[in-house]
Amino acid sequence: MDKELFVFLIIASVKIFIVFNVVQVMVIAMIWFERKIMAHMQVRLGPMRVGFHGLLQPIADGIKLLFKEDIIPAKAEKILFVLAPVMTLVPALCTFAVIPFGEAINIFGYHIDMVITDINVGILYILAVSSMGIYGIVMAGWSSNNKYSLLGGIRSSAQMISYELTIGLSLIGVIMMTGSLSMVDIVNAQSKMWNLVLQPLGFIIYAISAIAEVNRCPFDIPEAETELVAGYHTEYSSMKFSMFFMAEYANMITVSAIAVTFFFGGWHGPYLPGVVWFMLKLSFCLFGFIWLRSTFPRLRYDQLMHFGWKILLPLSLFNILITGLIMVVRGL
Amino acid sequence: MEPYLFYVMAATSVVAALYLIFEKNPVFCALYLVFSFINIAVLYVLLEAQFIAAVQVIVYTGAIMVLFLFVIMLLMVDVKKKQKDDLPFQRIPAMVMGFVLLVVMGLAIKSKLFQGREGEYTSAKVESIGHTQLIGKLLFTDYLLPFEMTSILLFVAVIGAIILAKRKV
Repeated sequence: MDKELFVFLIIASVKIFIVFNVVQVMVIAMIWFERKIMAHMQVRLGPMRVGFHGLLQPIADGIKLLFKEDIIPAKAEKILFVLAPVMTLVPALCTFAVIPFGEAINIFGYHIDMVITDINVGILYILAVSSMGIYGIVMAGWSSNNKYSLLGGIRSSAQMISYELTIGLSLIGVIMMTGSLSMVDIVNAQSKMWNLVLQPLGFIIYAISAIAEVNRCPFDIPEAETELVAGYHTEYSSMKFSMFFMAEYANMITVSAIAVTFFFGGWHGPYLPGVVWFMLKLSFCLFGFIWLRSTFPRLRYDQLMHFGWKILLPLSLFNILITGLIMVVRGL
Repeated sequence: MEPYLFYVMAATSVVAALYLIFEKNPVFCALYLVFSFINIAVLYVLLEAQFIAAVQVIVYTGAIMVLFLFVIMLLMVDVKKKQKDDLPFQRIPAMVMGFVLLVVMGLAIKSKLFQGREGEYTSAKVESIGHTQLIGKLLFTDYLLPFEMTSILLFVAVIGAIILAKRKV
């Protein structure tokens, strides 16, 4: 094997290893933060028993889930039932491959970009991979052979298809201004000014559709406890359930990372190194998710569809139109 | 390495397509089709057509096939019931036509008749300019009229679907 390929493989593997593990740790941290922040917003203390202020609570939860009995319903479609959690988690983790998280550095004379791979259709890759996540939910809903699961799965996929559209359209404004689909180019274009200033409408549309896309409150209709028990993962237990749980949090981190890359200037920032800025912005976005959850009540299903198709979709088209118009007038 | 990847992906997509035909359960059929689509997307990447590959996954597997699955699951076709062949007289003509199609495809691959001359946009040129940029430029200059006509066609289809669905209300 020639030396260059060997070095490339080593660097790529190390980057994948680090990013994968950081995301896993962030998922665990998110579970603790969510419980703590929600509790304090509701004037409670939240988990306090396991470790200092409940710091070890996620680990205790993880161990508990790991040792629970793994139940597969008798009339379930076994192959799909087992495959569904994997199909949800894998796309959620794959999307991190194109997200740039820091400026390039030089170690031992090798130039290392702080992104696993910079492909020229970066954002399309993310949209494509995350659209695969729907299959896991649909498969879980159908294979459980349970009417609540099926209804949850169908609701969830209808919601995700509808809001995927507005996510794509809300990002087009930024893509038009940058003239590239590569995530690295988009970050570099924001070294002077954040896209948030130039695309405020685009950001608002993105933020709303992103919350709907990851099925979070106030759009968590697929798992509305009062109507559907727990939605598509009603029949799941043990590690399979925790994989759905992890996928939900990983998806939250993904959409937050896209928001940071597209609207908050990626890893650009003064004084501190790029990676720190990226993590700070990411944490801010994730905090927003928790804040929303403890603030808003759940929407009704028809309200959600109405809002998506009749308000957000025309607004996002309007945003593209205005962006194009301004670009033509200013002769960009 | 690329030729090997091509053979692996081509073989798996063909196998998935065969499973799609011979599988009895319609839900599994749809999932095999999805698998086949993803393999084809990889073939597009090997042809330097990254944009087409991404769009293939987003549109076909991410949207259209999900709706397919949706319909199949809601209809809940009973798989256990033995499906009767409604059109038995079509069997022999179908076999003959299938064989003819196979022969024609074989001839098309073998002969130079269907092999066009090398066009303006070679693989190297696509790589230097960028596939997405090229497609965008061509769609909005040389192929503007067909592009707009396709969009009108789709628009008409959407309106038609709404009218047909709303008729009974």
